[in-house]
Parts: sequence; structure tokens; C-alpha cells
Amino acid sequence: MNDSVPSTWDKWDNISKIASDVTKGDVKAIDLVNESLRRIDLATEYNSIIATTAERAKQRAVMIDDSIKAGEKVGRLAGVPFIAKDNYLTFGAETTAASNILKGFSAPYQATVIERLEAEGAICVAKANLDAFAHGSSTENSDFFTTLNPHDKTRVPGGSSGGSGTATVLGLAPFALGTDTGGSIRLPASFCGAVGLKPTYGLTSRSGVVAMASSLDCMGPITTNVDDAALILDVIAGKDELDSTTIMRDKQSYTQLDSDLSGKVIGVVKEYMGEGLDSAVKSVIIKAINDLEAAGATIKEVSLLSLPLALAVYYIVCPAEISSNLSRYDGQRYGFSYEDAKNLEDSYESSRSIGFGAEAKRRIMIGTYVLSSGYYDAYYKKAQTVRTKLINEFNTAFESVDFLVGPTAPNVAFEIGKNNDDPLQMYLTDIMTVAANLVGIPAMSIPAGDVDGLPVGLQIMATSNNDRELLSIAKIYEEVRSI
Amino acid sequence: MAKITRDEILKLAKLAQLKLSDQEIEKYQTELQSIMEYADILTDVDVTGTKPTYQVTGLQNVTRPDVAMDYGVSRDELLKNVPHREADYIKVKRMIE
Repeated sequence: MNDSVPSTWDKWDNISKIASDVTKGDVKAIDLVNESLRRIDLATEYNSIIATTAERAKQRAVMIDDSIKAGEKVGRLAGVPFIAKDNYLTFGAETTAASNILKGFSAPYQATVIERLEAEGAICVAKANLDAFAHGSSTENSDFFTTLNPHDKTRVPGGSSGGSGTATVLGLAPFALGTDTGGSIRLPASFCGAVGLKPTYGLTSRSGVVAMASSLDCMGPITTNVDDAALILDVIAGKDELDSTTIMRDKQSYTQLDSDLSGKVIGVVKEYMGEGLDSAVKSVIIKAINDLEAAGATIKEVSLLSLPLALAVYYIVCPAEISSNLSRYDGQRYGFSYEDAKNLEDSYESSRSIGFGAEAKRRIMIGTYVLSSGYYDAYYKKAQTVRTKLINEFNTAFESVDFLVGPTAPNVAFEIGKNNDDPLQMYLTDIMTVAANLVGIPAMSIPAGDVDGLPVGLQIMATSNNDRELLSIAKIYEEVRSI
Repeated sequence: MAKITRDEILKLAKLAQLKLSDQEIEKYQTELQSIMEYADILTDVDVTGTKPTYQVTGLQNVTRPDVAMDYGVSRDELLKNVPHREADYIKVKRMIE
């Protein structure tokens, strides 16, 4: 790790170890919470945190410590501090989605994912920065500030869950939550050097998470190791009455990982390894593939012909859903409201125009365009049809391979400001991650090495509902990787 | 693809309930043009016999008992984020001049 990362503090233990120490009474939850808050305070220059939930976190910690003293049963995550991306509705601090239009919003209920973590004793200590409404690949679209990369303060952490990525790698808490609509968990994991898990679509509830593109949004953790990611998934996964698109979870625990790769076939995605891929990143990925082969997997090249179309499909489908989801911000029931409006229509228009940032407006405009009469068939319906083609190709590929691998991003973290004037160039950052969202399959980014001190993530994808198998291969890779 | 005109941008802004400055109109006109030109790679893709995908779970007609859930949240708490309020009502600007 580069020396720009504060090295004055110890790494956190694995989450299961922390919880077991707390449960045994060896460590106090309140000390963990205070340590996490102290680190957050010392790392403010990285701009990874929007607000802490200090008061509520300390109350919960004391409650958990008291329960343990009284001999009561506590959960699997007893006393484990975590940081939630600020698009998760939480108590204890505002929920803003890093947007001006939601500034001051106080959530009347919490996201299902937060509730499930709290039910097992985890403690939310802070809210992490993001691109406003999760629209972006660098956190530069945050309406508040840009988060810095933990390895190089002149570079972005990736996005949109960039605050969560930087906070996890800095060790501000043992883990953070992200959301992934087109790569927003995996990209910051890759750029910051963390493990990022985007589960199968529907495996984690969207209830209480600020909606971006509802057919693509997935909730998941950013952690420092695969075991932690598996444990968090095991706590948050499964059907939720409050989100009718959730699916049944695996009956077996997501923490029970297979440790054998023999007989497994890994497909290297040809389209991800060609044009546009930085050559130094490519070398790191080839090394990772060699490590997997040495661990017993069979490697073969796979071609997905429609893959070069995925980004175009994504940047039609996603803004379409965004323009629809963001229509709820009208300045009447919550959020920013323009005081001096002449009438109701002016109140809608002025509240939205002042409250939304440039990227939200850009995506609303694109979405409105592709959904408007005369363009619906040519763009929106066409994109959803090409999406089917893409799904069919992935299904065919998975008939002959168990996993697909490639880089998470075509390059390492870029410099702050580099892509600001060209939205299309910024969108191209997501070129290797969007397909998993369109298809609905689980995908992870795992640190695979670095290029001049900047991390490179290996992306692994599996078929839908094979999240446990995905975590298994990630864990094997984590153990055999030659960094 | 056809050029996206200034009038089209104004029409979209109206549909999306956005007021755009002259500078924004110009900016979004250029940017939308370049983004939609990129999306044109889909135009010639042969999708004969393929149906669009609107969801990936395959779930259909998900129902639950029609019973109100108690979140333990009071009316006052639910109304605390309302910008303009009179008693228990949400107050909005006049609709008809």
C-alpha cells in the first residue's frame, strides 16, 4: 500500500472474528465504534464520508455491550461498525444520496438491508459519499465533494460507491455498503483495491434504497476480503415483502465455500481483453488467469459477440428508468422546494432545476428522449431487445463454462477532472461492468495486483443464483494470487 | 442520426419539468447528440424473432396479503420532510391563476 494511506492504525480483523470477540466480551462494541469514528475524523481530507451517525451508533453499541453483559443472545455481526453509502435510508443522519435536492431529508424508515444488518448486531457509523443519485463512475458528480483515491489523492476512487471504496480501504470501518446499477460496487472496488460484490439481481432488497434504475439496481458490500463479503451477503440476502422483485436465497449459507477448482471451466471474455484495454492492466489480468489455471481450473477463451453493444443498451435503459424514478422529486412532499414559485408548475420546474445537478438533468433528458413518442421503438424497445440477445449469448456461454473472467475496468483510477468535460468518455469507464447488470448475473471485483501502485481488479461473473459458487472461486483466487 | 434541434431540447425539458438556461440548452443539445450517435450502433442489429427484456427474475404476479404493515411511524414523523405544511396537510402553490 502506498504511503498516502494513513498507516497509524491496525487493520480490522475479519468480521466474524470481530463479532466473536465482542460476543465473548473480549472487545467492547463501544470501543469499536469509537475507534471507527476516530479514524473517520482523522481521514476527513479524503472526503469519503458525508455524515456520521455517531450518537445513534454509540447508543446501539452500549445496548449491545449491555446485552452481552446480561448474558443475552447477540447476532452474528455483534458490534461490527459499518459505513452505508448515502443512498441507503438510515436513521441517525440525513439520507441525501449526495444530492442537493435531498439535502436535509430525514428517513422515516430504514432500508431492509440496514435492518437485516442491525438485527445481527452490526452498527452503522457513517454515510459514504457517492455520485449524486449514484450517477457516475468517479464521485465527481456528488453535489457536495469529490472523494479521493486512497492510493493517490490526485485520482478518483471510482464510482458511484467511491466513498464506500475509499472508506473500506482506509480502514475507517470493517466494511461498507455500496449499490451497483452498472458497476458502482465493482468499479470503486477495482480502483481502490477492495473486494466488491454485486449479487444476482433480486437477491438483495431494494426497499429503502434511493431508486436509480429499478431493473438493474443491486445492493452489496465492499470489503477487504472474500470471507467478509460472503458473511455480509448471508445476512442481507433473500426475499423481502417490501420489494416484490426479490428472489429466494440459497438454502445453504453463503459462507460455506467450496475450496476445489478442479473440473471448473473459466471463460476468458475475448471482447474484454482486446482493444481499449490498457496493456499494463492486461498483464495483471493475464497473471490472474494463470494463477486460476495453476489452481486447477480449465481456461478457455469465450466470445460474446453482442458485448460491444452492452454499453449503448445500458445508456438507453438506465436513463429511461432514471427519468421515471426521478420524477418523484417535485418539491412538494420532501426534498428541496423553491420558495418563490408563482404557481404549482413553476414550483415543480424550479425545484427540480435548482435541486438536480448537471448529471441528473443530463440523464433525465436522455431518458425522456428515448421514451418519448417517435423514439420509443427506435431506442428504448430496441435496446431492451438487444438486451435479450445479450442474455441469450451469456446463457449459451455458461453452457460450456462455469465462470467468466476479465478486467473490472479498462484502466486504473484516472486523475480527478480528466473526464469531466466529456460525459461519453466517462460512461466508457463502465464498459466492462454494465453487462452483468443487464443480464442480472452476480459479479465480483477482486484485487489482482497493481500498475505503479494503483490497484487492478479481476472481475469474475457466474450464472444467476450462483452467488455462493462465485464467492468460492473468488476465495480460491484470493488464496493463490501471486501479488 | 438526425440532428437534435434546440426545439426538441426545449420540448424534452418541458416533458421532464425542467427549466434550462440558454447555456444548459446548448450543452445538452451537443451532449445528447453525441450520446445518441453512440447509441446508433444498435440501429442495424438484427433482432428478428427476439422479444424485449423488461425484467430478469422471471417472477410473475407477486402478491402478499392486503394488510397494512405497521412501521411504528407516526403521522407527524411521516410529515416531517414536507417543505410546506399546514396542520396535517401538504400545502402546494395555486394551480389555476
